[in-house]
Amino acid sequence: MISAKKWRFKIEERSSVSNSRVLLTSILAILAALIIVGIFFQFYGVSAFKAYRLIFSGSLGSRFGLAEIVRRAIPLLLCGVGLTLAFRALFWNIGAEGQLLIGAVAATGIALFSKLPPFLLLPAMFLGGFIGGALWGIVPAFLKVILGINEVIATLMMNYMAIYLVEWLIHGPWKGPSARGFAYSDPFPPSAMLPTITGTRIHWPTLIIGLVISVLIYILIVHTKSGLEVRVMGENPEAARYAGINPLKVTLLVMLISGGLAGLAGVGEIAGIHQRLLGPTHISMGYGYTAVIVAWLARRNPLAVIFTSLFFALLITGGDVIKVSLGFPSQMINVFNGAILFFLIGSEFFLRYRISFIGRR
Amino acid sequence: MNKAEDYAIELRRIVKRFPGVIANNGIDLKIRRGEIHCLLGENGAGKTTLMRILYGLYQPDQGEILVNNQKINISSPRIALQHHIGMVHQHFKLVPTLSVEENIILGLDEGTGPFTNFRKVRKRISLIANQYGLSLDPRTKIWQLAGGKQQQVEILKALYREVEILIMDEPTSVLTPQEVEKLFTTLRFLVKNGLTIIFITHKLDEVMKVSDRVTVLRKGKVIATIPTQETDKETLARLMVGREVIFCLKKNPVKKKEKILEVKDLHVLNDRGLPAVCGLSFELYGGEILGIAGVSGNGQNELAEVLTGLRKLIKGEIYLDGQDITHCSTREINKLKVAHIPAERIRVGIVPTLSVSENLILNKYFYSPFSRGEFLNYKAIKENAQAMISEYQILTPHYQIPVRILSGGNIQKIILARELSCDPRMIIAMHPTYGLDIGATEQVRQTLLSQREKGAGILLISEDLEEIISLADRIMVMFGGKTMGILEGENIDLERIGLMMAGTKYRGEKM
Repeated sequence: MISAKKWRFKIEERSSVSNSRVLLTSILAILAALIIVGIFFQFYGVSAFKAYRLIFSGSLGSRFGLAEIVRRAIPLLLCGVGLTLAFRALFWNIGAEGQLLIGAVAATGIALFSKLPPFLLLPAMFLGGFIGGALWGIVPAFLKVILGINEVIATLMMNYMAIYLVEWLIHGPWKGPSARGFAYSDPFPPSAMLPTITGTRIHWPTLIIGLVISVLIYILIVHTKSGLEVRVMGENPEAARYAGINPLKVTLLVMLISGGLAGLAGVGEIAGIHQRLLGPTHISMGYGYTAVIVAWLARRNPLAVIFTSLFFALLITGGDVIKVSLGFPSQMINVFNGAILFFLIGSEFFLRYRISFIGRR
Repeated sequence: MNKAEDYAIELRRIVKRFPGVIANNGIDLKIRRGEIHCLLGENGAGKTTLMRILYGLYQPDQGEILVNNQKINISSPRIALQHHIGMVHQHFKLVPTLSVEENIILGLDEGTGPFTNFRKVRKRISLIANQYGLSLDPRTKIWQLAGGKQQQVEILKALYREVEILIMDEPTSVLTPQEVEKLFTTLRFLVKNGLTIIFITHKLDEVMKVSDRVTVLRKGKVIATIPTQETDKETLARLMVGREVIFCLKKNPVKKKEKILEVKDLHVLNDRGLPAVCGLSFELYGGEILGIAGVSGNGQNELAEVLTGLRKLIKGEIYLDGQDITHCSTREINKLKVAHIPAERIRVGIVPTLSVSENLILNKYFYSPFSRGEFLNYKAIKENAQAMISEYQILTPHYQIPVRILSGGNIQKIILARELSCDPRMIIAMHPTYGLDIGATEQVRQTLLSQREKGAGILLISEDLEEIISLADRIMVMFGGKTMGILEGENIDLERIGLMMAGTKYRGEKM
């Protein structure tokens, strides 16, 4: 019990939390973030009301806007679903960005140099991208379980390694002779390009993969032995040890999948949108970082990621709109993301505890 | 007023209830000024609760507190400190990366504005340290200090705050024997300088050595307050455990037949890399309960962890049903039908956020019918939960409710149900009734006895002598990681056990 000078409050742990309360709390957290960002808009000399109207009408109000939302949701979905699994095991994977880039590198290597028959090229790129991301993901898993190295630091540092690897490749060995001095690789052969829905940039095969995988990961978490092990380890590592669960096996599995899915996102961006390897900030725009918030807003539920990734895709698309029409810096979207994560984490307290007012002393 | 009636503290009819237990049931306690007063009792007797009330960490449901003959309401440790009452907790509340002086002044306002006047602080610390015979370099970081020195910092911290009444909660549990001697010297010095000390313990030796008077608590009530000189260890042991101790639960004699567990020359290290079990050998037979008694921290935890594969041993051999399990993993040992009822049931035995039904299969989800291939079979999991809930009388609103909202007794029933439902060959039970109310305690004991009837070998590790004496067929006492001997049948005797717990080896009939 905490008592202020005059007002007295009682803070009690809730025995259970209903889904509707989770939803309501999340919505309130988002609203609070929107208000804070609105204040920033005002500082910029733009009415918050006008800015929000532009964000929503510019993204939701046209076929082009809607299509942009969906195509931006694809990498967020793949990365976010993987992160829900890692977060369930209490493995704080902040490295989806790097895992995505390595997936893109692997896909590029296969697309440009593999000499595979055309019908095998795309499947091989997806497979290679998954393996690349997974390898990038299991390194910090090993480091954590065997050497006790904090995974937040390790995954974050490996992002920079991935970024500089891509930079080196496009300035060095993979710099395309046909790129006329730009830091690009050569364009992919046509058989390495993903089909898109006509008139949009939605590379639908990746979208379908993402949707199917979010269902599969849900089934994995809720209905399988491995999923139970993940949950037990995440909720009480001591009990996991006591029950004979091997922490290395669980952590490796989780990061293999989490990294691999981020790798698939990288393949999608490369083969669906850019069709060549280019600068790391052009490939990803921080999808791997935004996906952390996507997974968190989904409360680590892979099915909910479908919706939260669309929501953040809307914010990114809307951010593009106000960038163009109001001349805002593109970093505005990061302010958004930060504010939302801040309020979401803060709102956890209200989910776990009930605060009641017991009157004046 | 004559000196004998000058009370520093007077507690009157203190009652404190927790869900399902009465921790303090009408306690009266008078502490004389300038004495070392021991509060003696087993785990769960209510010692710590009572002192937390005095230090303002808990509020009593009923009763009153008098400090220096004035009735006061101690609503927080801050108020307690204002009345010069301080407490040294069993687990130190120090910041390891800060220095001694920084820890001592933590939370105080020493100096002007944002600046701390460390010269003044240091001068005062060394003054107090000299006065009470403590030697500490104020600039050392806490993590560089051994347990005994850290405790001195805690004491110094209290003295710095001008504490006159010092509560020490099981202060020796983290100390080496040499450090204990040093602590006792310090305490005597403090008392000589006018302090009053309340010393919480469950160790008889310490009571005899250090205290002026002793109050024995049992099950939330004061049993007696006696001047230490007028009593002895045996009397205290009897008071602490209760006269009615050896009420026998109905037991059939052991048919000693098959050897279930054989431990040969076991050596194990503790978390700090020091020897915890040193050359332990014993055997456990089917259909018997082998009680392992001993003051906590004498290797019992490490023994249980080694036997369940949670800790690696450095030397020795372990056989289960003749099979070498010395280097088996937890999962492998579990599959050989070894049940483990862990000491810390909430931290280790369950996953608080998972449901009752999932917790009931925590270490058997990989068996049919709970899973088929990689997939969990929720129908079987549900049926198992419903069967267990009715068989073990687990009080829960639903099998899908998260376990964390259940009471301690029901959580223990869940662990028992899970561990014992597979017809175990061996059961390792640690403090299985610790903190449970009488009804739940009774049920747990009956369950263990019925497993014994079925022929399981049971290793009962407990600090509760009453429990061990009423359940065990043989009693092994551990001290310093070694066995002090095994008592059986008529040799089982509380005083003898008490002496063995203090490190006397048992050799045959006479001691």
